[in-house]
Amino acid sequence: MSDPLLAIRNLCLEFRAAEGWVRVVDGVSLTVREGETLALVGESGCGKSVTALSIARLLPSPPSRIAGGEIRVAGQDVAAMSSAGLRSIRGGVVSYVFQEPGASLNPVFRVGRQIRESLQLHRPDRATDDEVVRLLKLVGIPAPETRARDYPHQLSGGMQQRVMIAMALASEPRLLVADEPTTALDVTIQAQILDLLRDLKRRLGMAVLIITHNLGIVGDLADRVAVMYAGQVVEEAPAAELLRTPRHPYTRALMQSVPELGRASERLRAIPGAVPAPGRWPSGCRFTPRCPVARAECSGNPPSLDTDGLRSVRCPYWNS
Amino acid sequence: MLTRFANRLFWSLVTLLGTAVLTFLLINLVPGDVARVIAGPKASPEVIQQIHVRYHLDDPLWKRLGYYLAQLARGDLGQSFVTEQPVAEALRIRFPCTAALALLAIAFWMLAAIPLGVLTARFRGSWLDRAVLVAATLTLSLPAFWLARMMQYGISYKLGWFPVAGFRGFRHLLLPAATLALLAVGYYARLIHTQMVEVMDSPYLRTARAKGLSETAVLLRHGLRNALIPVVTILGMDVAFLMGGVLFVENVFALPGIGMLAVQSVFNLDVPMIMGTVLFSAALVVAANLVVDLLYRWMDPRIRSGGTGTPA
Amino acid sequence: MALLDVQDLKVHFPVKQGLFARASQALKAVDGVTLSVGKGEALGLVGESGCGKTTLGRAVLRLVTPTGGRVFFEGQDLTALPARKLRGWRRQFQMIFQDPYSSLDPRLPVGESIGEALDIHRLAPDRAARAARIGALMESVGLRPEQASRYPHEFSGGQRQRIGIARALAVEPRLIVCDEPVSALDVSVQAQVINLLQDLQRQRELALLFISHDLAVVEHLCARIAVMYLGRIVEMGPARDLTSTPRHPYTQALLSAVPVVDPDSKRARIVLGGDVPSPLNPPSGCPFHPRCPIAEERCRRDVPALRELGAGRLAACHLA
Repeated sequence: MSDPLLAIRNLCLEFRAAEGWVRVVDGVSLTVREGETLALVGESGCGKSVTALSIARLLPSPPSRIAGGEIRVAGQDVAAMSSAGLRSIRGGVVSYVFQEPGASLNPVFRVGRQIRESLQLHRPDRATDDEVVRLLKLVGIPAPETRARDYPHQLSGGMQQRVMIAMALASEPRLLVADEPTTALDVTIQAQILDLLRDLKRRLGMAVLIITHNLGIVGDLADRVAVMYAGQVVEEAPAAELLRTPRHPYTRALMQSVPELGRASERLRAIPGAVPAPGRWPSGCRFTPRCPVARAECSGNPPSLDTDGLRSVRCPYWNS
Repeated sequence: MLTRFANRLFWSLVTLLGTAVLTFLLINLVPGDVARVIAGPKASPEVIQQIHVRYHLDDPLWKRLGYYLAQLARGDLGQSFVTEQPVAEALRIRFPCTAALALLAIAFWMLAAIPLGVLTARFRGSWLDRAVLVAATLTLSLPAFWLARMMQYGISYKLGWFPVAGFRGFRHLLLPAATLALLAVGYYARLIHTQMVEVMDSPYLRTARAKGLSETAVLLRHGLRNALIPVVTILGMDVAFLMGGVLFVENVFALPGIGMLAVQSVFNLDVPMIMGTVLFSAALVVAANLVVDLLYRWMDPRIRSGGTGTPA
Repeated sequence: MALLDVQDLKVHFPVKQGLFARASQALKAVDGVTLSVGKGEALGLVGESGCGKTTLGRAVLRLVTPTGGRVFFEGQDLTALPARKLRGWRRQFQMIFQDPYSSLDPRLPVGESIGEALDIHRLAPDRAARAARIGALMESVGLRPEQASRYPHEFSGGQRQRIGIARALAVEPRLIVCDEPVSALDVSVQAQVINLLQDLQRQRELALLFISHDLAVVEHLCARIAVMYLGRIVEMGPARDLTSTPRHPYTQALLSAVPVVDPDSKRARIVLGGDVPSPLNPPSGCPFHPRCPIAEERCRRDVPALRELGAGRLAACHLA
């Protein structure tokens, strides 16, 4: 078995705050193989976005630092890479699509030019207008020749996100990291973009790491799902299985607290309390104060991530 | 687009008209008989009387203003009371010197401020950042005429590096332009610093990095373009202040520009010349703002296509 | 008699083109909306960006002046009232906003934000009574009275939203317009606030006009749903009915676009082409026809009226 495309092992990330260094990601391990799609799910503050950004070392280094673990992209250690090495994997191996496409595109450059910039960096012999048009067509933008000369603010949110995807694909990456790509978009546009991502995945065979707080989009897109809470992975499983039979109490509570269309319920089963902020994580199992099945031992012993090969759960009592 | 331009042009003319009226009224507050200036100290009362009649000096204020505005409308700026030279000609001869001085000063301070602003933003909190901050505050507070004198004395006279005064070649402009630049560079370095810092938090810079661009390209190609947009607007407004500084510098360094002319004509109570220089400066400021407006539109495509956002 | 009766409400904003040109276009944010909310009933208002739901909510409260149509509250025509008289009526209806971070004055202790409402309408005779009322209000939303002296930044997003609800309740209104009250909250906190709203509604016979883009939340909370598109209502009816058998093609597409957690669900997948349209340039005839999968010639010409389809269902479609 060849090396996985992305291998994060025991990653620990810290941010500098007034009170010193605060740990934001605490021993996260993830793997993505070629052509595979992994969904990283969690709420705000769980550390999923910064984990994703650290894959290409996109986190600015004074306020943040890698405090432990390693990230290997295509076999190479990202933390030890030179800037030249980083520049070549950014785009060349790993491409990003961000949450707010309007803000993630430079407002003073035409979109065609921004796509061409990606081409010039990684596939210079194909940095032509024709290639830009081909990419825009690939992501389903009508009248691509005219659209290429538009500025970002002239495009709708959905179009902007398609442009971002085109830009990400221009360098023919092996892994596409999509950080909440549809959260800022309208529901019908969300459906379009998810459809597009599904289609592109199939056609281009690239691996995808999709970050989201919405378990609903996971089923359609992902092969495997990892759920994060308070800086740790608390559950990991193949997508369909996790959605059908979630094991970790947090995953279950989350799924039960979200209203589902057509599922009649008198009252939602809300999770009490709020997500603990980094630096204020409870001792032992971090979900203890909010967990519906917590026991006395839970706040004493931090549970480890137990795996049976296919599924992992960070809770010794999930089966009770 | 054209209606917008025509609109701006209209309001610019209104501004100039207002300037003319205001200046005219202000001049007339100054005590002293203009006729004496024209005729000279030894003139006889009859000559004075003749001058009064010829220049309508006994007419009520509003009538005299009317005459002047009518004359302006014909495109005639009048003649100097002192030298009888047409005002327009005097302005034309002296304009190149002032223009060269102003443009050179702007070039100097922008070429210095941009790297300083970018570097202090990139290395925030470093010794460079703090040093520039202190220097900026210092130079901002310096009075123009004092600085000009000090530069003249220290660098030209004592060190002999530059000519002391006069205008016999390009070299004569260097020190005066540097003086003006020194007054503004601190402010602009901090301005560009602030804008760059704001831009550096932008998501689109993160996208640029994610594409694999070098940090330099990210900052300069993507960041600076955006950071400079508001700076250009401020530059347009600063042309007005620049005119003030030009006045002092030209006088100290004895450069034959509009500034010198303006000061001399005030001392001489040379009304047409005063009006001429003031109107000319006002026109310059208005023109600079028009240019900046166009430049701003060209630099920021969001302004070009009009507003965005609809209520949901 | 219905508590709130909106008849053919229109809110048009003049848009100037060019500096000297007169208002040549009108942005028809709300273009002829008729609906009613009964006492203690929750009506959901659903749609994507640009549909006019937020403007409608504000127009009902006369935070925005309607350009046409009428708003009746308990039989009283609010649109005909002068500003002075309207003040007295404002006690009857309140609003909760989307952003819990910006809808509270950061310089006021939260108790004061709530107390301000009491002061304006002179509802507390003395300091002791006032403090008691504020304490009771905070308890009713699940917060402790001692927290009244704290500032907004000391609370989490969910807690701030509760404070907003307490503030709205202070004057004992009959109707609360909720403008996307849970969209900005963490998923696990959304359920808490939804449950709170549901409880309050039952206990106090509160009517709710619940504006949201999230169909699942709206279906769970509301008795009836109205779907908006480009300033008009395109479908309205009892919540469960509407979501199980939508009659308007837009509603069908909207429902199919909602991400669903169940991996085994087989839904008709309808992905709409094109973008969410702008109210500045509405299409001719039926506003939905450019994106409608079943549009006919008639749809391009004639604007469909909102017709009764029986059993309390209404739809604005020639083909429903």
